[in-house]
Amino acid sequence: MSEALSSTRAIPAAGPLPSSLQFNEEGRLRHLLTIEGLPQTLITEILDTAESFASMNAQAVKKVPLLRGKTVVNLFFEASTRTRTTFELAAKRLSADVLNMNISTSATTKGESLLDTLRNLEAMYVDMFVVRHESSGAAHFFARHVAPHVSVLNAGDGRHAHPTQALLDMFTIRRHKQDFTRLRVAIVGDILHSRVARSQIHALNILNTGEIRVIAPQSLLPAQVESLGVHVYNDIRQGLKDVDVIIMLRLQRERMESGLLPSEHEFFQLYGLTQERLALAHPDCIVMHPGPANRGVEIDSRVADGPRSVILEQVTYGIAVRMAVMSMIMGGSVTP
Amino acid sequence: MNEDIQALLDAMAEALKQRLDARGTPDPVMVGIHTGGVWVAEALHRRLALGQPLGQLDISFYRDDFSRIGMHPQVKPSNLPFSVDDRHIILVDDVLFTGRTIRAALNEIFDFGRPASVTLAVLVERDGRELPIEAQVVGKHLSLRPDQQVKLRGPDPLRLEIVSTGGDQ
Repeated sequence: MSEALSSTRAIPAAGPLPSSLQFNEEGRLRHLLTIEGLPQTLITEILDTAESFASMNAQAVKKVPLLRGKTVVNLFFEASTRTRTTFELAAKRLSADVLNMNISTSATTKGESLLDTLRNLEAMYVDMFVVRHESSGAAHFFARHVAPHVSVLNAGDGRHAHPTQALLDMFTIRRHKQDFTRLRVAIVGDILHSRVARSQIHALNILNTGEIRVIAPQSLLPAQVESLGVHVYNDIRQGLKDVDVIIMLRLQRERMESGLLPSEHEFFQLYGLTQERLALAHPDCIVMHPGPANRGVEIDSRVADGPRSVILEQVTYGIAVRMAVMSMIMGGSVTP
Repeated sequence: MNEDIQALLDAMAEALKQRLDARGTPDPVMVGIHTGGVWVAEALHRRLALGQPLGQLDISFYRDDFSRIGMHPQVKPSNLPFSVDDRHIILVDDVLFTGRTIRAALNEIFDFGRPASVTLAVLVERDGRELPIEAQVVGKHLSLRPDQQVKLRGPDPLRLEIVSTGGDQ
């Protein structure tokens, strides 16, 4: 991860990214920055709580009073539609007040100004920051510097982590396949640049998933990716054989220019998920994608819209999972 | 104390029946509060042979002490398998003490719709109300010291347990 940190521009040297920062002295979850270091029981508890929030859709009033009077700021230094809107809806359904701030990175070229932004918002009595930033370690930076009563939720930092996406993916998998220990899960595409893939691999490992495969060209795999506990396939036909879950990653088009890939067309020829390739997987296999999907680049429209696709369920569950994380982080934060 | 829980449930069912008959309440629905309230509700639901399936509420998201003690670790999904609009609801819990659980349950029910009425039935009522809430049907009244707690254990068999919290005072 140190390689990713070197790309840090807006943030002073982030240093190591300890997962212990996430817990307070009593061992309660105070920030959610990364999946790494979360106990299995906590992940299960988050998924169970999300299950209750998912059932709230049956209510005429889809809102609970848990975070009434709390203020949540969505601090997005990087474009996002799905993640920001589902975080916003999650906070609103918990009755929190929500402020959305989209800050272009060009406006914050110095670490000081980032800290200034933070201090100014804190002065408005904010209780939680949901942070997305292009630099790995940005959420950790915030967590280190916020006032003691303020929580930080990582909504994606550089190539490092996207913990709520991984949790909602685990929730989606659990809804379809109960027992992780018997599952074969394949993650396909641009693993190298994907914070989603990293968080998914950590979560799948913590939940004792039977087998985790990554399928990608060598140029899109991090060095020593096997050390994360995954099996590597460069050939998608071999990699998809008998898998129960396929997670397609978005091909980050901006990487095309860097020479890591020949062309979108060739990528689709080699790694695109087509109906014919899907047929190699287990007949009950589900197809996931964190969005936004590049149709015809990493996934064929007939698969994305087909019967095995759970891509839109992922969006729906994203709200319930983010409600669970927000309420667990904020609960009990006020001393009696 | 435990051998007569079934008798208490019989008496509660009878009282509920009389009440419903006297008021001519059409097609009432029953809702139990997790966890003990659901056990009591299941027993009453059987005895009254109600047509609609039993509803279940977990009031964790409506508690008034959330900001102090945080999320209950085992939240169960609430499930009301019927529309509550214009329905007569029998709300069931195991123990009525401060009244705060019932306050939370009422708030949650109203987020599902607007019931015609809500009747409260509890297996045990004890002193210590902190809100103006009372039960219409009560299995048993217990006088307990402030440091004592009564808990319903179950589901099979159901039994009441009085525990002393001692050092709390």
